[in-house]
Amino acid sequence: MHRDIDFSIEGISKIEGHASLDVKIRQDKVEEVKLSVSEDKRFYTQAVVGKNALNVPMITSRICGTCSFAHLLCAVDAVENALNIQPAEQTVVLRKLAAYGMIIRDHAMHLYMFSMPDVLNKDSILEFDAEQQKWVKDAFKVKGVGNKLSVLTGGRAVHPTNLLTGGVNSTPPPEEVKKMIEELKGIREEVARLTELFYNCTFSLKQDTRYVCSQNDDFSYIGNSIIDSEGDSIDRKDFLDHFFRVVIPYSEAVGYELEGRDYVVGALARVNLKKNKLHRETKKTLSNFLNAFPSNDIFKNNLAQAIEIMHAVDSSIEILESSDFKKQENVKPEVKDGEGIGVVEAPRGTLYYHLKIKNEVVSDANLVIPTSQNQIRMQIDVKKTIEDNIDKDKETMVKEVEKLVRAYDPCMSCATHFLHVNWL
Amino acid sequence: MFSFAGCEGCVIEFVEMLNDNYEKWKNLIDFRYAKILKGNNDLKNLDVAFIEGAIASEKDVERIKEIRGNCKKLVAIGTCATTGQPAGQRNFFNEEQKNEVAPLVEKFHQLPKVLSVKEVVKVDFEVPGCPMIDEKFIEVLNSLLKEFNVT
Repeated sequence: MHRDIDFSIEGISKIEGHASLDVKIRQDKVEEVKLSVSEDKRFYTQAVVGKNALNVPMITSRICGTCSFAHLLCAVDAVENALNIQPAEQTVVLRKLAAYGMIIRDHAMHLYMFSMPDVLNKDSILEFDAEQQKWVKDAFKVKGVGNKLSVLTGGRAVHPTNLLTGGVNSTPPPEEVKKMIEELKGIREEVARLTELFYNCTFSLKQDTRYVCSQNDDFSYIGNSIIDSEGDSIDRKDFLDHFFRVVIPYSEAVGYELEGRDYVVGALARVNLKKNKLHRETKKTLSNFLNAFPSNDIFKNNLAQAIEIMHAVDSSIEILESSDFKKQENVKPEVKDGEGIGVVEAPRGTLYYHLKIKNEVVSDANLVIPTSQNQIRMQIDVKKTIEDNIDKDKETMVKEVEKLVRAYDPCMSCATHFLHVNWL
Repeated sequence: MFSFAGCEGCVIEFVEMLNDNYEKWKNLIDFRYAKILKGNNDLKNLDVAFIEGAIASEKDVERIKEIRGNCKKLVAIGTCATTGQPAGQRNFFNEEQKNEVAPLVEKFHQLPKVLSVKEVVKVDFEVPGCPMIDEKFIEVLNSLLKEFNVT
């Protein structure tokens, strides 16, 4: 018998921010999938207009408490690009470290607290049984080390105070650096165990899409050019000519297409496209798991995140072991007017800032957020997940859809910003 | 833990605090509603509700009243909840900016002015900071544990 089913998930749990989903099924056909962002609008792109450009990173950090480091670093990158500021080498290194701290913290939160309950068939990390308690211990240990690296480089883990346009407020003291190295070495075993768990996870959804990320010399997270799984490369200054906003037919949301096709950003895209650039120690320790890539299975995004944690740990150890941080003068802007692009690999994918600055004041701001770039494919995959489970009960459908959405690791706090573009 | 208009940084800060405090808190606190931690959430008969974010929409007003009706004590955490800012920066927009966002404010049933939590319901404690200051949060939490005789 063919069924008509309607269901809504109000406030999907264990993701960043608020999203809801409405599904309409008629005669076993999925007629409508509406994934909507249920966040209040905060209008950051309007709010920064008229503000001094050097203060903008501190403001846009507040777009997202989860990936505040990504927003701050991307805004700094865009302002420096616009005002022709060349930061000192040491500043660049500290920013790399700050981004590694963000990756460890953010991916660990997502994997242990959001996705692992799905794998272990529990509602929450709070409900892990005696045998699973080791994961709880690992979770807070690994997250804790990411937190310490964030504090060491950024001053604190949410809305960092130490990272500025042109430089830093203070440099990590040598005794803290030493302690940090030991802490980082002390979580490698836990991260390897985490990687194995997600390698063995059998959740699967194959995609026919394109994977996109930014690249530089060493798989760090401040981007240079943009590459994709078809072998194309785009200079960062030209990205606006290639990515287009589109309205998704069966949804209220707006997404992005790259030259007329949907695409996916994030850890999966990065490991797919750059796995040869992972840290040599990471490659050595995780060699058994790297054969999973390249992959077109979105659930492998979680495995890619675990690998990225190890890469961030190993890269940070190497930087810190050879570091000799010294107090340096911050670099001042050379000009007062300009237009700049910032590109950062946020935990969830490539983040772009496009700022126009006149007399040191922002006159126009445009942000392209990872979650909105994944929006089109995420909707297609939600639809497919429901179709694959069309003969199951509603609860199973809801559960499977939530699992899928979590695999993408969407961030709805960030995603509110694309909506304002949609409706104007 | 409930989130309204904001960046969720205070809840993230709380999740960061769990790194060092989970072992202690798991025996003292029954997490009844925390979407960042669990799927099955229940807001009935809470002892304490922690609120992050500002009150920005008509729906938010209804929701915060519902929460207030279901908790004995209510704590506003972070500057969005305690002052309405920076989530409510549209309150300070000039005419041109206001006109630009007006269609959205209307379409999404947003309030004409973004409010702090205490402008809508009674607040028992406030934890300031953007994100909230850890020490202050722990201070408030400890005084609440004492008040509810949790040891």
